[in-house]
Amino acid sequence: MPMMEMRGITKRFPGVLANDNVDFDVQAGEVHTLLGENGAGKSTLMKILYGLYQADEGEILLNGDPTVIDSPTTAISHNIGMIHQHFMLVETLTVAENVALGLPSSRGALTDLDVVSDHIVELGSQYGLELDPAALVWQLAVGQKQRVEIIKALYREARLLILDEPTAVLTPQEVDQLFETLRQLTTDGRGLIFISHKLHEVLALSNRITVLRQGRVTGQATPAEATRESLAEMMVGREVKLAPDKPAVQVAEPALEIRDLEVYGDRGIVAVEHFDLEVRAGEILGIAGVSGNGQRELAESIAGLREVTKGSISIAGTDVTNHRPIEIRDVGLAYVPEGRLKDGSIADFTVSENILLVDHRDDRFLNRGLFDFGAIREHCQGLVDDFAVKTPTLETPVRSLSGGNIQKLILARELEGTPTVLLASQPTRGVDIGAAEYIHERLVAQRERGTAILVISEDLDEVFGLSDRIAVMYEGRVMGIVDPATATREEVGLMMAGVSPD
Amino acid sequence: MSEFFTEAVLIATIASGIRFGVPLLLAGLGEAYGQRSGVLNLGVDGVMLLGAFGGYYTVLKSDNVWLGIAVGLAIGLVLGVISAFITVTLKAEQGISGIGIFLFGLGMSDLLFQRLVGTPRPIDTFPRLEIPLLRDIPWIGEMLFRQNVVVYLAFLAIPLSMFVVNRTTFGMKIRAVGENPEAADSLGVSVAKVRYGTMLIGGTLAGVAGAALAIDLGIFQQNITNAQGFIAIALVYFGAWRPFGVMLGALLYGFVNATVIQWKTLGIIPDSWSDIAAMAPAVITILALVVVATRFRAPSALTKPFERGE
Repeated sequence: MPMMEMRGITKRFPGVLANDNVDFDVQAGEVHTLLGENGAGKSTLMKILYGLYQADEGEILLNGDPTVIDSPTTAISHNIGMIHQHFMLVETLTVAENVALGLPSSRGALTDLDVVSDHIVELGSQYGLELDPAALVWQLAVGQKQRVEIIKALYREARLLILDEPTAVLTPQEVDQLFETLRQLTTDGRGLIFISHKLHEVLALSNRITVLRQGRVTGQATPAEATRESLAEMMVGREVKLAPDKPAVQVAEPALEIRDLEVYGDRGIVAVEHFDLEVRAGEILGIAGVSGNGQRELAESIAGLREVTKGSISIAGTDVTNHRPIEIRDVGLAYVPEGRLKDGSIADFTVSENILLVDHRDDRFLNRGLFDFGAIREHCQGLVDDFAVKTPTLETPVRSLSGGNIQKLILARELEGTPTVLLASQPTRGVDIGAAEYIHERLVAQRERGTAILVISEDLDEVFGLSDRIAVMYEGRVMGIVDPATATREEVGLMMAGVSPD
Repeated sequence: MSEFFTEAVLIATIASGIRFGVPLLLAGLGEAYGQRSGVLNLGVDGVMLLGAFGGYYTVLKSDNVWLGIAVGLAIGLVLGVISAFITVTLKAEQGISGIGIFLFGLGMSDLLFQRLVGTPRPIDTFPRLEIPLLRDIPWIGEMLFRQNVVVYLAFLAIPLSMFVVNRTTFGMKIRAVGENPEAADSLGVSVAKVRYGTMLIGGTLAGVAGAALAIDLGIFQQNITNAQGFIAIALVYFGAWRPFGVMLGALLYGFVNATVIQWKTLGIIPDSWSDIAAMAPAVITILALVVVATRFRAPSALTKPFERGE
């Protein structure tokens, strides 16, 4: 008998069928992976299991008994634990306080953090999750924060653990360590639900795999019979190219040159230092690294959005260090920022207004200083058609488009007029496989037109698939530059963790 | 100026500075609870005004100052429930709903005063409580230990609040809810209950602060608080959302206020300047706030209504 079984789960939101008659179960001692694109309904299904949503139809059986789970508290009381993708931690509290939060204290109204701390240390040594209970959470590294999340669930005696994309922010070595812990948890008879879209991880960890697409179960497999390609096909519903074809291109002069760069982060700490890099016309240079190692600050300093305190940046031989963003754009920089709704577009502006954010100075769209709306419409429609942006109209606010379509729109805007340098930060993060495939193709096409492309990504598959050269960034410096044709993921992973290649 | 720097005058100024800081201390402390849990309540001054009138009127009719404080407390409690209902249950924009409470308190307290009292009549004030032995310590005794009872109680509320915030499960929930309500919610902590709790504490303390102010002055007049409720909100930022910091801010305000009054009495400030001098406590407090406050970070969820799921 499965420890947990969801039968015929259906959940409707206004205008969307998020889950359509979904069956899903977990046996004690196994890892059952839930695979699917963004919006396929994985999160909805798990939120129903954890009591955050109520299903419209269907039932949940725990150890064979139909059970109503109407809140996270109920889920916890049935020994269900959830490790959320975005950590559910209070940064200003200590590890022990985060674990104790919401639990009855052995001292009534007063806290019993010493008791909690002892138990945290115990659990930690048992499962290889060592932590200092008195440490403040904001001071912890990402991998340690995840340990806090797992300890929180174990402390509440979770038998069924839901892990929502737990590897998204980890280095390959941290992933190995996490998998070690997870396997140990299953040998103790716990059941795990693993949510991910990293196919090689899914194949490495799972006992069973269930694929969701548009709210429905579209396939089931075991790692023995599945391949990355077959899983991707089940997710998308058609054949998918996981890495783009890249014709050889003759690389030319360096188009972007960065010399001994130093940039400070938001907290006044050095984020980038002694950073040297060249990107040549006609190549894609991928920057690999765990998030928070200075990538964002690097991108912002190149785009003119963050002060350079030392060193220089030049584009096509022109020094642009600490120039205004508009001057840098005029020299030939195109910039796709990592936050597509935060920095890349204005969410409440329409599709055409967002294109105009860049083009509004262009004489083609002005008529005696006023907008020529006919010309603008024609131009925007052209871009939308060219990049296959799915939008009802040009007057639709970008907020209501899907992530992949917003990203395509930004790319369309930025690639206009063949830029000298394209800086793309996390170009496909959180977009569906189809859109990611398309964006990759466009980046490769742009490379053939002689643009120097700098791609910053936390997704190693993307970096390996796209790049002509890979620069690994760690604590604000280049740890080394490798050739993706000869380098291994393990090598790059070690460099991402700060281990020097020699 | 030399007449100000005499032993007797300085001691008297400090003693009354401590006393002047009390309403601000209570109101600021209450506001700190709310803000620590993520709720900005701009209505403090309105609650103080109604508490002040309620306290004044009760003492006028009953000659019992403690009954006056109790009425101020009750009024604060009721307004705390109303504020919590608006901001937590209805999830209203916090920057606006509080202003509504303030305007209601400002108008209503004056209307009630005009209707029920008309011409101001003085009332009994708090009895002085001199602490045996401690009262005889040179200088310190006169500054600290010959105050009225409310002063002692107000300052006792500081260590009590520090204990509540740092050592109880309720305090831990307050800090968690103000910083990351989603995380607290995912662990079964009721964000709404915690915020109702802090809003009730905040309202109660603001009501008591108002009553204490009116009874201490022994009088009521229109807008008697002189925007002290707003200064109290500023003090929470000044005090970095910590009870002890709020106390330091309240004392600063009290001392500046006492000094200005003393200087007026001594003729150091000419009469023609008295209106400008009256602004000094507020201006100096705000300036100090600007210098200090930028170094601390506000609770992340401050002013954000909580809604589950996304």
